[in-house]
Order: sequence, then C-alpha cells, then structure tokens
Amino acid sequence: MSPSGKRSASFARLKLRSRGWLGSLLLAALAFGFVVPILWMLTTSFQAGDRMYELSTVWIPSAWHFENYSNALSRSPFSQYFLNSGIVAIAVMVSNVVFCTIAGYGLAKFRFPGDRYVLLVILATLMLPLEVTLVPTFLVIHGFGWLNTYQGLAGPFLIDAFGVFLMRQSMLSIPADYIEAARMDGAGELRILLQIIVPQCLPALAVLAVFSFRDNWDQFLWPLTVVSQDEFRTFPLGLVRFAEDYGSPPTEQLAIAVLATIPTVLLFVVLQRAVNRGFGLSGLK
Amino acid sequence: MAGVTLRDVVKRYGTVEAVRGISLDIPDKQFVALVGPSGCGKSTMLRMIAGLEEITEGEICLGGEVINDVAPKDRDIAMVFQNYALYPHMSVFENMSFGLRMRRIPASEIRKRVEDAAAILDITELLGRRPRQLSGGQRQRAAMGRAIVRNPQVFLFDEPLSNLDAKLRVQMRTEIKRLHQKIRTTTIYVTHDQVEAMTLADCVVVMNGGLIEQFGPPQDLYHAPRTRFVAGFIGSPAMNFLDCRLEQRATGLSLSLAGGLCFAVPVSRSERYRPWVGKPILFGLRPEHITDVRDHAREDRAEFTVTMDVVESSGMETMVYFMIGEAEVCGRVETSRAVEPGQSMQLQANLGHMHLIDPATNLVI
Repeated sequence: MSPSGKRSASFARLKLRSRGWLGSLLLAALAFGFVVPILWMLTTSFQAGDRMYELSTVWIPSAWHFENYSNALSRSPFSQYFLNSGIVAIAVMVSNVVFCTIAGYGLAKFRFPGDRYVLLVILATLMLPLEVTLVPTFLVIHGFGWLNTYQGLAGPFLIDAFGVFLMRQSMLSIPADYIEAARMDGAGELRILLQIIVPQCLPALAVLAVFSFRDNWDQFLWPLTVVSQDEFRTFPLGLVRFAEDYGSPPTEQLAIAVLATIPTVLLFVVLQRAVNRGFGLSGLK
Repeated sequence: MAGVTLRDVVKRYGTVEAVRGISLDIPDKQFVALVGPSGCGKSTMLRMIAGLEEITEGEICLGGEVINDVAPKDRDIAMVFQNYALYPHMSVFENMSFGLRMRRIPASEIRKRVEDAAAILDITELLGRRPRQLSGGQRQRAAMGRAIVRNPQVFLFDEPLSNLDAKLRVQMRTEIKRLHQKIRTTTIYVTHDQVEAMTLADCVVVMNGGLIEQFGPPQDLYHAPRTRFVAGFIGSPAMNFLDCRLEQRATGLSLSLAGGLCFAVPVSRSERYRPWVGKPILFGLRPEHITDVRDHAREDRAEFTVTMDVVESSGMETMVYFMIGEAEVCGRVETSRAVEPGQSMQLQANLGHMHLIDPATNLVI
C-alpha cells in the first residue's frame, strides 16, 4: 500500500473509532440521565427528614437513617398494599402471557374470514388512552358488581392489545414449516403452540411479562377509580394516602418508593437476557 | 410401504387453478421426482399428498385407501422440508424423536430407532447438538433422520437440496440415492433442478402449468420427449429449436431451415413425417448431437459450416454457440477441434436424434 493509501486507511479507522467513542459517550450521558433520579431516590431514602429540602444534594448521607423504612412501614399497612399490587400485577401478567400468546398465534398463523379486521380492531384499542375509556369501563365493572374487588382491579387489563400485537409480530417471523413439520410429526395444535412456537417466542414473552407487570404494579388511575376500601388499596394509592394523612417526611415516601421498585427490577434481572433479545424483536426501547 | 395414487386431483385457490386434474400412479418402493418450473404446481401436489393442503377435487390414495380426509399425522407419511424445519430449541436427538414421542412409542424403542437412523446417516456424534450448531449438510441429514425414524410408508422431499452449495448438493444427492437404495421406501421428491430429478429418480414427472406433461423413466424423457416443453426442459444445455419446413424432394424428404440450410430426413423416419410435408414445423436437436465432423459415412449425419459467436471450454468438452437465421444454436465439440470466436467451423448434425414438433399442438411428431 502506498503511504497515502496507508494514511487514508488509518484515517478511516480513526474516524470509525471516534464515531464509536461518540456513540458510547452519548449512551453514557443518556444512561446517566436515567440512573441519577434512581440514585437520588435511593440515597435520599436514607437521609434525615429535615435534610430533604436542602439546596445542595447530598449523595452520600452523613448518617444512614435506616429507620425511614421501618417508620414508613409501621405508619401505614403497606404490606397489604404491596400484596394487593402484587396480586393484581401477577394476575394481569400471567393472564396476558397466556391470552396474548393464544390470540397472537391465532392471528399470526391462521387465516379466517375477517382476520385482518380483527387485528385492526385490536390495534384501534391501542389508540384510546385509559382516560377515554375510564368511565365506560367503570360502568361495566360496576355492572358486574366488581368494585372493591381484585377482579375489578385486574379485569380490564387481563388481555392487552399491545401484548396481542407483540406476540403476533413475534410469531409471524417463525416459518410455517415448523408448524407443518410438527403436524406431520403428530402434534396437536395446543402441543404445537406450547412445544414448538412458545419456546421460539421466549424473548417476546419476557418483554410482555415485564411490561404487563410493570404497568399494573404501579397503576394509579384505575385503582383510584374502582377502590374505596382500604383492604383493596394498591401501593400507589397507599403512598398518596400516606402523604396526605401523615404529612410524613418525603424521605419515608422515598423509602416506600425504593421498596416498590424492587419487584420490577428483580423481574427484569431474572428475565434480562430474554428481554434484551426481545426489545430488538418488538422494536421497543 | 405403499404406493400412492392420484385421481383427477384439482387444487384451486379462489379462481386460480394450481393443479388441474392430475392422475398419477406411483408404485410401491419407487423414487419419483416431480420436476417443473416455479409455479407449475409440483409443491402444491406434494403438500396435498402430505395433507398440508386440502384437495379441491379428486382423490389421493395411499396403499389403496383414500386419504383425502385423513389428518397429516395419521397418513403415515414423513416429509423433509426445503429449509429442513428442524426445531431450533431442540437437539438433533429431540428433533428426530419428536414424532415418535407424539406416537407414544416406548423410550427404549425411540432411542434404538434414533440411534439406528443416526448410524445410517452418519450423524451419531451430532445427536446432542442444536440445529444452529450444524452445517448445511448436517442439518440436511438430521432432517432426513427425523423422517426415517418414523419408518413411514412414504417419504416426501420438498426441494431439500436447494439451500446447499453446488458441491454439497452433489454429495447429498448421492446420499439420498444411497438412502433410498438401502431402505426402499416409496419416495416423492420435488425439485426444479432437472439434473437432480434425472439422476435420482426411477421415474420423473414433468409438470407445467398445473398439468403433467410427461411421466416416465429419465432416459425416456430425455430421448423420447412427447412435448416441446419436455424436450426443452429436460437436458442441459437445453435442446436447440429451429423453425423449418418439411419438403418433398427428388432425393426424399428434407428439412429446409433458415440461412439456406437443408437437412435430408433419414429414410427410417420419412413415413412418420410425410403428413407434415409443406407445413411449418419445429426442428429440435440437442447440443450433443451437433458436433465436430466425426463420421462422414452415416446417412443420418448432415454437415454444415457456421461462424462461431461464443466458444466455452469446460476442459472435457467445449460448447460452441452460433446463429442459424435468428436463432442461437448450441453445439458440443471436442476441445482440441474448437475454433476461435469469429472463425468458421464445419459441424455435423446427428439427425438420428432429431425431434420434429408440430407448432400447433406443441407435440413431438
């Protein structure tokens, strides 16, 4: 290679490397932006209550006030609130994983009259925010007599249009040959779904599980609408009530917020590998 | 093992007729290749035999029993798919044993059958691997293993070699042939590659536009095609076709071609062709029957001189391309006798192998 050729090759390498560095820098800045509030929440939950409003942020408390946690938990029945949130979020997550998988399979791999319109109607429901459907949904739940019940809290979210779409898209990429090979091997439709299709959709299923758990774990507006009794209150409602009733130091509220973050983080950690692959599938981030 | 019979089988997708009334009898233990261009209906026919497509009209019988309404799993037919369709989350052993597990065969019997099949296909050491850890040829073998462990009455192959590179394709072709010789199960093999069909099959079915053009042993199709389509489709390079006119001369029948060429029809064929005297007709001759001059004495040889356009040498032989009238013609000459492009060369047409086709019906006369 001529000297000028060598120079241009090394310049191209340098350019590529600097572009890589620039990308990493941008990602680091973005990650910093996401992590700072969480770190702030974490450290502030151990601060003394009166240090909360100081202008300068103290990242490492001079004294660690672990009692913020026990105080917050003793003032209000948060264990019950967490249990309620957990029951609702797990019920919705399991139901979404089951029903969205079945519906997605039907829409992805079977042709029936009007199948495209069924998909369009399902997708159309994605365009309507909860605020729009809140009153009619409330009236339905009220009509069922489900106010102040777990089924009232979870019912409207048991099958999610986004989940159906996500699973359909994931299954569309699975060649029909697998299904036909399994049919010839003697497998029935349910076995094909469970043993051939689902194992190939685990990333999408993991994304669906994390999303549906997260969305329902910290759901606020719907529980506020259908729950008036303390025994069915979920933790976001409990947190608001806690703030209103006790005017308690925000450090204790943040202690509850830290505890509330743990289940979602744990679920993400458990499913992390599959979720990371699934984000690519769903085009989500 | 059993034979397969199709009676007036039709497949329609809306108004489109993909298969148009096909009848075919495939005897037990035969290796039959369905060959034809894309969209000719060969894969549809295979899928109907497998039970993966419903039959619009007609009957399909397996071992004498009509199986139109029998579910794929109950047909006792195994299929090797074009992309192998090996379940990616299962090992080769699990893939091969899946069908047996579905049929609730005891675990010890499953292990024995899988191991036997793996030994036949030489994939014993691959049984623990996942499909993504296999090469193309190994996947192909695993897919065949999945089919043979079931010990079915019929094997179906849907273009199984089309994803392999040229060298591996030749190797796997031999292995499939060897496998059939070993287990002698009725096999129906779909391909668009006529070389594959000719080399593998006991009988070749040439399909075109949803119909069977011809069905017979490979050599029959090659040497005695019944239609222009079969004459042109079977053989590589393809048969040369030239417009001509059949004339009665004092010396006998002769073919008058473009560029002033005139070939005397061999006496043995004169009676057959006489009704077409004075009519336009299509003359067909394979490239290997247009050679350098080798044998002057024979009455069925015609010599002519042309200017070469393209000369392609492949070592063992040389293909020469030249024009007769508007048509490009291909011949096969000895490499040592080939001339340079632009030079003229004397060639010889072996008219003992010519085909005359009625352009009105496209049938070989």
